[in-house]
Amino acid sequence: MSNTAKTVAIAGALVGALASMTHVAQADGAKEKCYGVALAGQNDCAAGPGTTCAGTSTVDFQGNAWKFVEAGTCASMEVPAMEDGTKRMGSTEALERDIPA
Amino acid sequence: MPTTSLPHAPGVGFKAQHFAEICETPGRVGWLEIHAENYMGAGGRPLAQLRHLAERFPISVHGVGLSIGGEASLDRDHLDRLRALCDAINPAQFSEHLAWSTHDTSFLNDLLPLPYNQSTLDRVSDHIDQVQEVLGRRMLLENPSSYLAFVETDMSEPEFLAAIARRTGCGLLLDINNVFISATNLGYDPRSYVDAFPLDAVGEVHLGGHDEDSDDHGRPLLIDSHGRETADPVWRLLDHALERMGPRPLLIEWDNDVPDWPTLAAEAERAAQALQRLAVAA
Amino acid sequence: MSGQSEFTMALLDPGRPTPAIVTDGQGGAAGKRFDVYRNNVIVGLIDALETGFPVVAKLIGAENFRQMARVFARAHPPGSPLMMYYGAEMPEFLANLPQLSHLGYLPDIARLELALRESYHAADADPIDPQGLASVDPDRLCLHLAPSLRIVTSAWPIYDIWRFNSEENAPKPRAEAQDVVILRPEFDPAPHLLPSGAAAALASIGAGAPLGALDPEVDLQTLFALLLGHGAVTGFAEKETT
Repeated sequence: MSNTAKTVAIAGALVGALASMTHVAQADGAKEKCYGVALAGQNDCAAGPGTTCAGTSTVDFQGNAWKFVEAGTCASMEVPAMEDGTKRMGSTEALERDIPA
Repeated sequence: MPTTSLPHAPGVGFKAQHFAEICETPGRVGWLEIHAENYMGAGGRPLAQLRHLAERFPISVHGVGLSIGGEASLDRDHLDRLRALCDAINPAQFSEHLAWSTHDTSFLNDLLPLPYNQSTLDRVSDHIDQVQEVLGRRMLLENPSSYLAFVETDMSEPEFLAAIARRTGCGLLLDINNVFISATNLGYDPRSYVDAFPLDAVGEVHLGGHDEDSDDHGRPLLIDSHGRETADPVWRLLDHALERMGPRPLLIEWDNDVPDWPTLAAEAERAAQALQRLAVAA
Repeated sequence: MSGQSEFTMALLDPGRPTPAIVTDGQGGAAGKRFDVYRNNVIVGLIDALETGFPVVAKLIGAENFRQMARVFARAHPPGSPLMMYYGAEMPEFLANLPQLSHLGYLPDIARLELALRESYHAADADPIDPQGLASVDPDRLCLHLAPSLRIVTSAWPIYDIWRFNSEENAPKPRAEAQDVVILRPEFDPAPHLLPSGAAAALASIGAGAPLGALDPEVDLQTLFALLLGHGAVTGFAEKETT
């Protein structure tokens, strides 16, 4: 692509994007912005599980002896057929592709 | 210097899910306490909420990660973050725990216990001096909940805290639930503990719920869970303490299984009634 | 060994004996009383990881997650008192865990969840009025991006997998590699699917390149509309001609 064509393409992309902005989400009042969910992962004063066995379990200490039991959505979350016809379950290899430079 | 600049009223530990209701129906809640570490991000909703609340309520900043009892020097970066937070919102009060939580580079995310003796006293006092110097304000130090004892302890906890307060000029935060837990777990009388405590230095009182468990020999082992209402014997111990020291800011702590706002506000109402009884009796 | 060294090692390794420096208060061994601290530490860390990586937890199931998280927490206790950032080593940890090696996308989902948390706590910045850009020569226009913007690239359909496990009635994941940009209009970060090649263009913008230096083969209009529509452009400058 020539430099001129490139400039035109980029200018067109920006103009197109601006034209698509019927409105930009504007800040509500400061108070309203404060309402809303918090992401957890907090520091607290007390954990409080008592003397349950979680902290004393040694099951995972001998060479990561933890066994994965098929559960959760990874077991059922089937990815549709690939172009080459192979089914992509969660267990297939990563897609081959060129990472953009 | 006054022991506190918080009102002698109930406060609650702030939880983000209560933000709207705290603003609209605070009830008897006259101030809020926040855990400092949750507001040490660069921005976003936590700090926006805090700035908003700080315009409406006196705020107590309660640190849970400074590791004042740690064997190593205080984490200077963390101390600077505390100073930046205090400078930003100018809280009515700053408090931390008589505990340690960092060792080498690991933060263990719990308030771990200390032996009470001269060497701990020297170290903790030096750390408190440093905190008060960096923050440019007086801090309160909170009594912990204890599950075990140290071979190397040769002072009682009230003696130890009184010595710290004398030496550093810091105030104290009396957690009544912790007193009840420690007294039950280690087999002493909680009222005698309160009577021996340097009550003049108390700038704030904590209340909260505990769970009941038992040790290897079937003896009661209370766990500081902050996951339910404050127990009745803890309320009675509060009355005992208030009769001796007069009104103080009273905080409801509820950190696990956090209830809806009306339930938390009802606990604050109960604290308000304790202050009211005291005023009537006076 | 110092008292706190002994205490710490016994906390994180239940195979070690309870430290002799503590007792039950009546001259006996501390026993279960010390285990209270073991529990507080481990359960507190596992809880923090479970709230920090909800989609990873949903993908492998809560019980698997908590078992995995216990192994993680003992190997990687937090390196700072700021629990909001805990778990930065999780993607690499998951990538090296033999039990989960058949779920190749898990480390990238963990990276996405870490990036969402970083975005949530990032500094605030007011967006510009997009119409102010109309008068600037696009070739020389440099955009300043919000501090809360994060790019996550992947060879897996991470956007679809994240949505499928976060939103009700989200479509099933497509078989394609997906790059994601996390944008935070106001205070709520959310991932958005990037057009092919746009992640590299966005990284260039973030590094200060003028729009004229971007690859015009990329769907830049979609990229610009995403950024401007979600308040992710917080300033601009016109690069001097040389």
